[in-house]
Amino acid sequence: MGSIWEYANPVKFSQTVSRFLMPVAILAAIATIVGLVWGFFFTPDDYRQGSTVKIIYLHVPSALMAINIWFMMLVTSLIWLVRRHHVSALAAKAAAPVGVIMTLIALWTGAVWGQPMWGTWWAWDPRLTSFLILFLFYLGYIALWEAIDDPDTAADLTAVLCIVGSVFAMLSRYAVNFWNQGLHQGASIMRAGAVTGSDVEEKVSNVFFYPLMMCIIGFVLFFIALVLLRTRTEIHKRRTRALLARERMA
Amino acid sequence: MKALLFRDLKLAFRAGGGFGLGIAFFLIVVILVPFSVGPESGLLTKIAPGVLWLGALLACLLSLDRILALDWEDGTLDLVATSPLPLEGVVTVKALAHWLTTGVPLVVAAPVFGVLLNLPPQGFVWLVTSLALGTPALSVIGTFGAALTVGIKRGGLLLSLLILPLYVPTLIFGAELARRGAEGQDITTPLFMLAGITFGVIALLPFASALVLRMNLR
Repeated sequence: MGSIWEYANPVKFSQTVSRFLMPVAILAAIATIVGLVWGFFFTPDDYRQGSTVKIIYLHVPSALMAINIWFMMLVTSLIWLVRRHHVSALAAKAAAPVGVIMTLIALWTGAVWGQPMWGTWWAWDPRLTSFLILFLFYLGYIALWEAIDDPDTAADLTAVLCIVGSVFAMLSRYAVNFWNQGLHQGASIMRAGAVTGSDVEEKVSNVFFYPLMMCIIGFVLFFIALVLLRTRTEIHKRRTRALLARERMA
Repeated sequence: MKALLFRDLKLAFRAGGGFGLGIAFFLIVVILVPFSVGPESGLLTKIAPGVLWLGALLACLLSLDRILALDWEDGTLDLVATSPLPLEGVVTVKALAHWLTTGVPLVVAAPVFGVLLNLPPQGFVWLVTSLALGTPALSVIGTFGAALTVGIKRGGLLLSLLILPLYVPTLIFGAELARRGAEGQDITTPLFMLAGITFGVIALLPFASALVLRMNLR
């Protein structure tokens, strides 16, 4: 009792999901709604950015999730390759589309914020570019899942792609940093400090910080609920396919 | 392994092997660029390193699905896999053959195309260096992509989608090296970074390619 590997059993996993899905989803909804309402209506406008600053309540959580979802996929892919638990591979598959949407939300809210503040929808800033590349990685990953018929081969190949992709994604991050400095020497308009994760803790005052934390917690719980639900759906889908195949045999 | 290499080279050079295709594609890209951005020589000088790198990368990409797909279809790959050769060695040889038939001609032809795009004289050395150093990485990464998608019918487009993000670091440092060389700036950092990527990729990625190929052959 107590080992996490017990949940590698699809039946046990489904049962546990059924028990926890509703509470997690409800908590996610409460945290997100409280965080957003608090952030949008009960915090003062920033003295320089005005009310546009409030988009951080969507932008920062989604950007955080976009990166962490890929990281979660990396961990589950490794578990699949090492221990061959199907639930793990299916969880990675289930998480990828959520990751794409989070990346899109981060890019979109960033553009909406950048239009009035930087005067442009898009700039080839290192951070923006990295997210665009991350978006491409997600697309490739999902496309590979869709393209392969045999589920085990698909799980294997996408897991390797995820691992190799992670290495290249980090490499791209540093390459892009270098590339931009190389092109725009001394440019300072792109100093996007206001919305970055590290600056949030250092610079953003507590008035903004607490509702932001609330939103982040909400997004994390929302993601957990979605992945649990989608993984269970994948398990059911596979089960249905197996039953149908068995029926055809009989 | 030597036999395998010579076999791949022979297949590529014979008619229908697609040996000249990559270079012809490269030429067309280079010719089309002035049509699309205008014949201004100052502008061409400025974008020449980037365009040449992009052209080389696309030409490389074009021939990737030939690395393994044909051998997969006619069953050669199964035979090779059951032979005592380690699969890691096989994919390395495949990447080497691809580089010899695609990368090397691109490197040789690049200076000529540089003239077409009005590349400044001091840029040629670094253009050739960057391509010579960078194209092996393109071949090795491409072989990984080819191994991933080998079991998929008409996987060419998917291959491009998977490989292009992986090409980003190589492209950035390669083009940066060529650009800095052309503008007479300090080239140490991109040179070392590009070399690091290429050698790192050659050392590590064949293992991933072989692993993926084994999964596909199962």
